[in-house]
Amino acid sequence: MGNLLWIFASAMVINNFTLAYFLGLCPFFGVSKKIDTAFRLGLANIFVMTITSVCAWFLNNYVLIHAPYLRVMTFIVVIASTVQFVEMAIKKLSPALFKALGIFLPLITTNCAILGLALFQTNRGYSFIEGISFALGAGAGLTLALVLMAGIREEAEISDLPDVIQGAAQAFLIAGILSLAFMGFAGLFSGA
Amino acid sequence: MASDKKGAGPFRLIATLGLAGLFSGLVLVTVYLATQPLILENQAKALEAAIYQVVPGSETRKAYVVEDGKLVPFNAQGNNLPSGDAVFAALDAQGKLVGFGIPSEGAGFQDTIKLIYGYNPENKRVTGMQVLESRETPGLGDKIIKDLNFLSNFENLAIEPEVVSVAAGSKKNENEVDSISGATISSKAIVKIINSGNSKYLSLISALMESEEKP
Amino acid sequence: MADQSKLYRETVKGLWKENPVFIQLLGLCPALAVTNSAINGVAMGGATTFVLVGSSILVSLFRNLIPKQVRITSFIITIATFVTVADLTLQALLPAIHKELGAFIALIVVNCLILGRQEAFASRNKLPYAIGDAAGMSVGFTFALVILGGIREILGSGTLFGFPLFGESFEPWVIMILPPGGFLTLGVLLIIFAQFKKSRARKALVRLEKEAA
Repeated sequence: MGNLLWIFASAMVINNFTLAYFLGLCPFFGVSKKIDTAFRLGLANIFVMTITSVCAWFLNNYVLIHAPYLRVMTFIVVIASTVQFVEMAIKKLSPALFKALGIFLPLITTNCAILGLALFQTNRGYSFIEGISFALGAGAGLTLALVLMAGIREEAEISDLPDVIQGAAQAFLIAGILSLAFMGFAGLFSGA
Repeated sequence: MASDKKGAGPFRLIATLGLAGLFSGLVLVTVYLATQPLILENQAKALEAAIYQVVPGSETRKAYVVEDGKLVPFNAQGNNLPSGDAVFAALDAQGKLVGFGIPSEGAGFQDTIKLIYGYNPENKRVTGMQVLESRETPGLGDKIIKDLNFLSNFENLAIEPEVVSVAAGSKKNENEVDSISGATISSKAIVKIINSGNSKYLSLISALMESEEKP
Repeated sequence: MADQSKLYRETVKGLWKENPVFIQLLGLCPALAVTNSAINGVAMGGATTFVLVGSSILVSLFRNLIPKQVRITSFIITIATFVTVADLTLQALLPAIHKELGAFIALIVVNCLILGRQEAFASRNKLPYAIGDAAGMSVGFTFALVILGGIREILGSGTLFGFPLFGESFEPWVIMILPPGGFLTLGVLLIIFAQFKKSRARKALVRLEKEAA
């Protein structure tokens, strides 16, 4: 149990995917202008990551044992198609949920955070449950980073900055400071 | 693009992807077969170097894997390494057992730390420790990898009742480890990881040695 | 057969004017994740160059044979193949570098720079231009990575390509080789570039006004 909690917390805050591993930067900078959108994108990420983790575990244990060199290729193809299937299913079963998350699903399918999750999970040899815990933690971490970023940028929008700092440079500096703040979470579970 | 004229039939689509897949598969298999021996050799070399360092006097090694709560010899084909839980018996040039290399891992300050330590079952002491993988803070926590004073703690370390970490410079008993000042948490993590390796493998190792003495 | 001046233009545009990292802000994940030393920048740049040039050659050669509906899938298969080849080769020949870069080699697959060049350029242009474009973009990308890695290594470890630069008394800014250093370095570089561009535009404006007067 302690191990699952450590995996979750490590993926969520200590080694936050975006702020410590630089994964999923495109949506982090692209879709982080409004808190509401950022939050929904984050939820969609948690969702896709959980599916990814299940897919990756299944592939690693039943398909790729004899052909590890096909890992990258298989991960991409299988994850992309599974997400597409799930997308169709949601559209049919729960139009409300689809409306909330739907537009983001194709966008994040081949996001590096998703493939990164599958690869890290493989490298670290996580079990099925550990993988799910890792996916939930990583997804929650992305959501947290996206929402924080969006919140700060909404404020920064109305502040008076020199024009050379506006745009990308400003976003990078904010991300740098956030990343610095997140370093404070290190050691969260290793004390005592 | 020629495909601008619409109507590439389904057969053409499947054929294109099929050919691309076939070609890519051929390339990958060829490269895999060519590189695999080298990759396994690299991994085995890295692991052997670590074992020979943490168990002084050892020159060959034998892998044991955990099966049904017992250590059984791992039948390696070529340079293959066991993928699950395993310990490595370290033998000297005459083939006499001089100790065990025990891999273990656990939470560090920043991320999971993986290490291997040497264990001498004769006098029940740790004989050396090497960190294999860590992302501890450069300049502070990463001293656990290269700080010679810290590493010397593990060269003749009693493990009973358990390994304990103490403040820098206050080591008195043989089961105590001087922490690195400025990297207390990382030092403690190493001690914790060694203790967890001990509780996982020591009983298995003594069972193995008993069964090997009276075959 | 290839038009020299067009070839030249397509090749050099990636070096600075359309630099993938500094101007287009593409491929940021590898650009920030592995650049805590200059040598890592070179390694990641090299691997990306191999994948980008290799896929561009294939995509350009077969551009008339690939039906439009499956082009993205074909591109991805091509890219994934080259990435796996690079991954295995590095693991076999340079295990130390491979350990350092870890999963980020495999993540080259999702570097948007590479797929972007296939879709926007290689699949629409003749082979020589495609090679020029890919080579230019790769050099620009590697250049950016080495700059980022160099700055971070100098400040964060006091070394460059592993050689110590300062005396014993230098206290390294450890933060520069940690994740925040990546964001901050790129942010500050972008500000410097923007300032540079602004002052150049102002000078050009002054010159124009003088000529008009």
